[in-house]
Amino acid sequence: MSARHVISRPGSARTRALPVPRPPLLGALGLLALTGVVATAWLGLFVTPPDEFMGNLVRLLYVHPPMAWVAFLAFGVASLASLLYLWPRTRTEYFDRLAGASAEVGVVFTGLTLVSGSIWGRPTWGAWWVWDPLLTTTALLFVLYLGYLALRRVPGDFEVRARRSAVGALIAFVDVPIVYFSVEWWRSLHQAPTVLNPTTRKTYVHGSMAWTLLLGFVSFTLVYAWLTAHRYRLAKLQDLEDTEGLDRALSERRAEGDAR
Amino acid sequence: MLRDAALVAGKDLRIEMRSRVALNQVGPFAIAVLLLFGLALGPDRAVLAPASAGLFWVAVLLSTILAVQRSYAIESADAARDGLRLSGLDPAGIFLGKAGAIAAELLVLEAGLTVGVALLYGAHLNGALVLIASCAAGTLGLAAVGTLYGVVASGLRTRETLLPLLFLPVVAPVLLAATKAWNEALAGTPGRAGSWLEILAVFAVLYISIGTVASGSLLEDG
Repeated sequence: MSARHVISRPGSARTRALPVPRPPLLGALGLLALTGVVATAWLGLFVTPPDEFMGNLVRLLYVHPPMAWVAFLAFGVASLASLLYLWPRTRTEYFDRLAGASAEVGVVFTGLTLVSGSIWGRPTWGAWWVWDPLLTTTALLFVLYLGYLALRRVPGDFEVRARRSAVGALIAFVDVPIVYFSVEWWRSLHQAPTVLNPTTRKTYVHGSMAWTLLLGFVSFTLVYAWLTAHRYRLAKLQDLEDTEGLDRALSERRAEGDAR
Repeated sequence: MLRDAALVAGKDLRIEMRSRVALNQVGPFAIAVLLLFGLALGPDRAVLAPASAGLFWVAVLLSTILAVQRSYAIESADAARDGLRLSGLDPAGIFLGKAGAIAAELLVLEAGLTVGVALLYGAHLNGALVLIASCAAGTLGLAAVGTLYGVVASGLRTRETLLPLLFLPVVAPVLLAATKAWNEALAGTPGRAGSWLEILAVFAVLYISIGTVASGSLLEDG
C-alpha cells in the first residue's frame, strides 16, 4: 500500500513516462465508438418514427438489446479467457487480465441492461420487474459476476489469484445455462426476442429503425472493445505498480539518503 | 482417489463426532431460521404449508454456508491445510472427501428439518421417495459447489463475506428445482417431479466433475 502512495506523489512518477504505452489506435477506437453512440441516440430519438403499437417506447429498443448483447459478449469473452488461462499450454497473464477486464465491463452493461429493461417493462408489462427466465437469469448473472469481481479484488500472489479467479469464472459460467433452463421451466411468460424470431425467421423491424438498431449493436460493441482495452491496460499498470512500486520507492529513499 | 476420499471424509466426520460443532451450532441455527420464517409469514397454516418446501430449502442453503465454513475452519487451525497438502493424498480425493462429509452432515440436518417443517408449518409429507431423492441429489450439488468455493475462498482474509456472495447465486437452480420437486411431492403429485430431479442430478454431476478436475490446481497453491 505504501508503495502506491509513493508512486502517485507529484514529481516522482507523474513526470516519468508510463511503462505501458497507450496503443496507437485506442484513441481512434474511442472516438469511433463515441460517434456511433451519439449517432444512435440522434437517430433513435429524432429521426426514426414512433412505433405503431409501442409508440415512443420503441426508442428504448435501439439501446436495450445492444446492451444485453454486449453483456453476454463480455461474459463469453471472460469465460473463454479464463478457460484458456486454466489450460496449461495457453496459460499467460494476458488471458487473466482479459478475463478481469471483460467481466468488469460486462457487469456494467448487465446493470444497464437491467435498468433499461425495467424502464421498458413498467409501461409494457405494468411492472418494474417480472420473474421471467431472461430477466431472472440476467439478474442472477449480475450477482454471479459481482461475486467474481469481488474474488478478483482479493489481494494475493499473481498466479494464485489468477488461477483462483479463473476457476471462479468457470463455476459461474457453467451455472448460466442451468439457471436459464430451470427458470424457464419454472415460469415462462417472456415474449420471444422480436427482431429475429426463430419460429418465423422474419425481421420485424424495418427501414430506418433497422439501421438504427444495427448501428446501436455496432457502436456498443465498439464501446465494449474500447473500455475493455482501457481496463486491460489499467490492470497491467496496477500489476506493474505492485511488482515495481516497492523497488522504486526503495531506490528513491536511497537516492535521498545519498543526496544528504 | 476414492480411498483418499473415504479417508478425508472419515477424518472430517470423526472431528465432527467429537467436537459436535455442527450438531450444537448449525442444527439450532437451522431451527431458528425455520422459526423466523414462521414469524415473518404469520401463524396461518394456509400460508405456511404451501411455502414449506421453499422455506425448507432456503434453510438448507443457509446452513450449507455454515457447514462449509466449518469444514474449512478445521483445516485452517494448526496448519492442517499444509498437512493435508503434504500428505500425498489425491487432490480430487480430498475434494470428494470434504464434499462427502459436508453432504453427510447436511443430510442429517435435512432429516431434522423435514420433521420441523411438518411440525411447525403443518406440511403433509407425501411422496417420500421424491423427497428423499431430491434431498440426495440437491445436497450433493450443494456440497460440491460449497466445497469448491470453500477451497477457492479458504485462506483469504475476506472469506466469511466472500463465500455467501459466491455460493448463493450459483446454487439458485438447486433452490428452484428442489423446491419445485418438493412442492410436487407434498401436493401428492410426485410423478411430475421428474424433470426437476433431472436438473438436480445434472447440477450435482457437473459440479462434482468440475471440483474433481479443478481441485488439483486449487489445492496446490492456495
